[in-house]
Amino acid sequence: MKNDIGQAWLVIVLSLLFGGALAGVQAKLQGKIEENRLAETLSQIPRLVPGAQSGEATVLAGRSVYRAMVGERQVGWVLLAGGQGFADRIDLLIGLDVGVKTLTGLYVLDQRETPGLGNRIVEDAWRGQFVGKTTAAPLQVTKAEAAVQSEIRSVTGATISSESVCDIVNSTVADLRDELAAEAIRE
Amino acid sequence: MAQQDGPTPLERFINGILPENPVYRQLLGMCPTLAVTNGMKAAMTMSAAVAFVLICANIVTSLIRGLLKPHLRILVFTLTIATFVTIADRFLAAYMYQMSKQLGPYVPLIIVNCIIICRCEVCASKQPVFTAASDAVGQSLGFALALASIATVREILGSGTWFGLRVLPEMWPDWVIMVLPPGAFLTLGLLLGTANWIGSLRAKGSQTSQEG
Repeated sequence: MKNDIGQAWLVIVLSLLFGGALAGVQAKLQGKIEENRLAETLSQIPRLVPGAQSGEATVLAGRSVYRAMVGERQVGWVLLAGGQGFADRIDLLIGLDVGVKTLTGLYVLDQRETPGLGNRIVEDAWRGQFVGKTTAAPLQVTKAEAAVQSEIRSVTGATISSESVCDIVNSTVADLRDELAAEAIRE
Repeated sequence: MAQQDGPTPLERFINGILPENPVYRQLLGMCPTLAVTNGMKAAMTMSAAVAFVLICANIVTSLIRGLLKPHLRILVFTLTIATFVTIADRFLAAYMYQMSKQLGPYVPLIIVNCIIICRCEVCASKQPVFTAASDAVGQSLGFALALASIATVREILGSGTWFGLRVLPEMWPDWVIMVLPPGAFLTLGLLLGTANWIGSLRAKGSQTSQEG
């Protein structure tokens, strides 16, 4: 036992020292990191819900949602949603009108899809397709030109990435539709 | 612990840059070399993070070199490296949020970057602090140089830009493959071949001049 400590004391002391240092760094930077995340989300809200000027973070049914506000009046919702993509997790911000009837915008917060193919889901042209879609029917991906209201044309060569995004949108909207409509601040 | 002979600080510094370049000569640290060189910004941020970790780890290792037990030394190196990598990772997330998102898992993966553990083993655990520090700076510069060379080729051919600035005319059809993983292998292979070719030409040149 004594011999073991003699061998290992340096490792133990260093572990404690380094652990303390890391705890300090984490305590110092944690707030800043959270702030960055929130700032990115809030900065997108005016683009996700037309007319919105600010956002208020809140938690509903265990998920992060944001009320899109004009002054005191709520004009829409922004939902943080994520799911598995082709390569890795995809995190989205979904903009909805206040009655959760129509999609008003879509933003990709985080993705690691294939550059040049799957990562084109972040482009305005592709994301723009979601604007104005009704939430009444689930969105479907098509490889041809979108013909029906509920269809989204996939990114060429990235059907899985496209379907992942649609699935995330569909399931999130389906999960939260009733809660959101009930919780909206109306005047 | 008696002072051991070894390369001087200046030799260590110069060796790191070209003669023992970590990427082109030692073929170490291939993971970031291949993964984050699709743009100059990412490559330079990665180089800076590696430089920070390498310099700190070398200095700490050199300071405690007299206390190391031979069979526990790798454990101590890894512990030291992991600490500084975590600090670098948190720092990037706090102050360079977009870049930290782009680099993703490759910052935490610096922990297993062989360059750093190699320098701790070869230099810092045997030589005084100043030598270890100049070795770390030299190796970091060599690594940055190697990443810059690969990233320059890949970003210009693959995106038509350098550091995000347009350098090729708009009509340039971006060679997307250069930004994708195959582009990394192609570029590294060709540059490595060129470096070896130049090396062998110079070796021949010095031979003939000695003979003559």
